Amino acid sequence: MKPGLVCKNLTKRYKNGPMALDNINISIPSKGIFALIGRNGAGKTTLTRILATELLPSSGTATINGIDVVNEAGRLREQIAILPQESRAVQWLTPRQSITSYLLYCGLSLREADSRVLPTLELLGIKKNENTLNRMLSGGVKRKVLIATVLASGSKVLFVDEPTTGLDPISRSELWTVLNKLKKDRFIFLTTHYLEEAERLADMIGIIDEGKLVALGTLNELRKIVKYGYSVRILQKGVSVRPRHGKLIVGENGFKQIITTEDEADRLAKRFIRDGTRFSMNPISLEDIFYYLVKKPIETGEVEEDEGGW
Amino acid sequence: MGRSKLSQLWASVLINAIYSMENYPITLVNTFMAPLSILIIITLVSHGTLLSVGLSGALIMTMVTSGIGLQADLSHLKNDFKVQDMVVSSPTSAFMYMLGMAVSEVIFSLPAIIILTILAVLFIKVTIIGAIVIFAVMALMFSFSIALGFFLSTYSTDIVQNYAFMGILSIFLTTIPPVYYPITYIPLPYRYIAYLSPTTYAAEIIQSAIGYLQLSTLTLAVDWAVVIAVAAVLLTLSIKKSRWRES
Ligand SMILES: Nc1ncnc2c1ncn2[C@@H]1O[C@H](COP(=O)(O)OP(=O)(O)OP(=O)(O)O)[C@@H](O)[C@H]1O
Ligand SMILES: [Mg+2]
Repeated sequence: MKPGLVCKNLTKRYKNGPMALDNINISIPSKGIFALIGRNGAGKTTLTRILATELLPSSGTATINGIDVVNEAGRLREQIAILPQESRAVQWLTPRQSITSYLLYCGLSLREADSRVLPTLELLGIKKNENTLNRMLSGGVKRKVLIATVLASGSKVLFVDEPTTGLDPISRSELWTVLNKLKKDRFIFLTTHYLEEAERLADMIGIIDEGKLVALGTLNELRKIVKYGYSVRILQKGVSVRPRHGKLIVGENGFKQIITTEDEADRLAKRFIRDGTRFSMNPISLEDIFYYLVKKPIETGEVEEDEGGW
Repeated sequence: MGRSKLSQLWASVLINAIYSMENYPITLVNTFMAPLSILIIITLVSHGTLLSVGLSGALIMTMVTSGIGLQADLSHLKNDFKVQDMVVSSPTSAFMYMLGMAVSEVIFSLPAIIILTILAVLFIKVTIIGAIVIFAVMALMFSFSIALGFFLSTYSTDIVQNYAFMGILSIFLTTIPPVYYPITYIPLPYRYIAYLSPTTYAAEIIQSAIGYLQLSTLTLAVDWAVVIAVAAVLLTLSIKKSRWRES
């Protein structure tokens, strides 16, 4: 049995629906945190649900630690837990009851289940809400109840589909600390729209776009895919620019960004300073990589000239 | 780690019955209001002559409503909270989940069953055999409706659909067919329509067990065959064809 997450030509086409996953190939170690990022509808949830044995693929195979997600689902289910994207804390239960009942579904004894409630609530800082009905809790605390529920399972493989959506910045970074602690002895498959989250937590990052896996690797490996190490953002509209190397991306809001080499970034910076153009220049971040790979860039050479002043 | 099947069963009972009764006691009142109110109307309108028939009807209705209720509860947990998604990925099998939910519905219906049983003991003169017959028919009706409920719930994607299913099913299975009144009250050509509902057969068996209807052995045999077959078919269907893991 070889440890790892392996997908081979994994494809999913929903009945009367779109091609949600198009020939996905992944082979990564099943330890630490794997963050899957991608735009809305890219296929993150579809992949997560297939791996968590909730949904059948149309073709292709996937194994986790050598266990097939289709043919050996029963065995796999002994080791996994999932926090579905759209799950909600059951209104008529308290956090204690939510956790206890889920642990019973995992097959733990009532006594064992009960004993895990408080430490887990404490881990997420919601111990004082133990016996409040979920429906009276704030949105973020409800979210934490769900996170606590799957964490309490102690499963070695956790799927968490956008766990931090709806959490305030402090709670989110607290959860990051928790996940960072937990990842030491388990595999966490995480999807997120917060690229900083993936940057901070992930040992491996996958970028999925329109059902295709467009990048897979550590943050450093992803940086290499992009070839360029620097990002220059122009912080005002209507500036015409023609980089010699790299790619020019125009954001939805009309602001331009150039992903390029250090030398070219320097050259542009000097020009912007001379012209009094407001800009920022940084080593490339995951967000830049994401834009670079997912947003169709405007290639150098066919740079649009919008002199239309501002 | 040793996994306990009993824990898995108990989880459903807690979520769907114990915790909700504990946290929302009002839900209990609801479960016995419906059968009791029809029973009272039938008894009043018939000047008491249909009390025993009405009582057996109320018992059947309680059983059938359990399954219909299961359908809505399951869909609620599946579509609105994604509880079922979490359970699918857990070691709990579809069968254990259904069994646990079925038990939860029995527990939820206990207040109604207890009240109706006390009334039955007081007002219906029935032999031991008769009591066993009534119990068996109730169990079969329960299996039938639980299986139907589970089957439908795995196909539903929205609770609103389930409210519609629920209303339609409960009218066709308990309100219209001769469950609260004897089938002989229906003029002949229309009587055959009543036989489209499995609850009609169940009601015939019980009405004969309490001595209200005289049925030929053949009729009784047919009644049993239908009640058993319907329960068996739906249980098989619900285990084999339910959409547990989505495709
Ligand atoms: N049950 C379904 N039936 C048909 N199509 C579906 C179904 N679920 C998802 N899709 C489609 O499959 C594609 C991928 O959806 P998916 O939910 O996997 O995206 P996602 O990356 O998780 O998006 P988000 O960030 O919005 O959660 C989308 O085009 C979506 O509309
Ligand atoms: Mg999603």
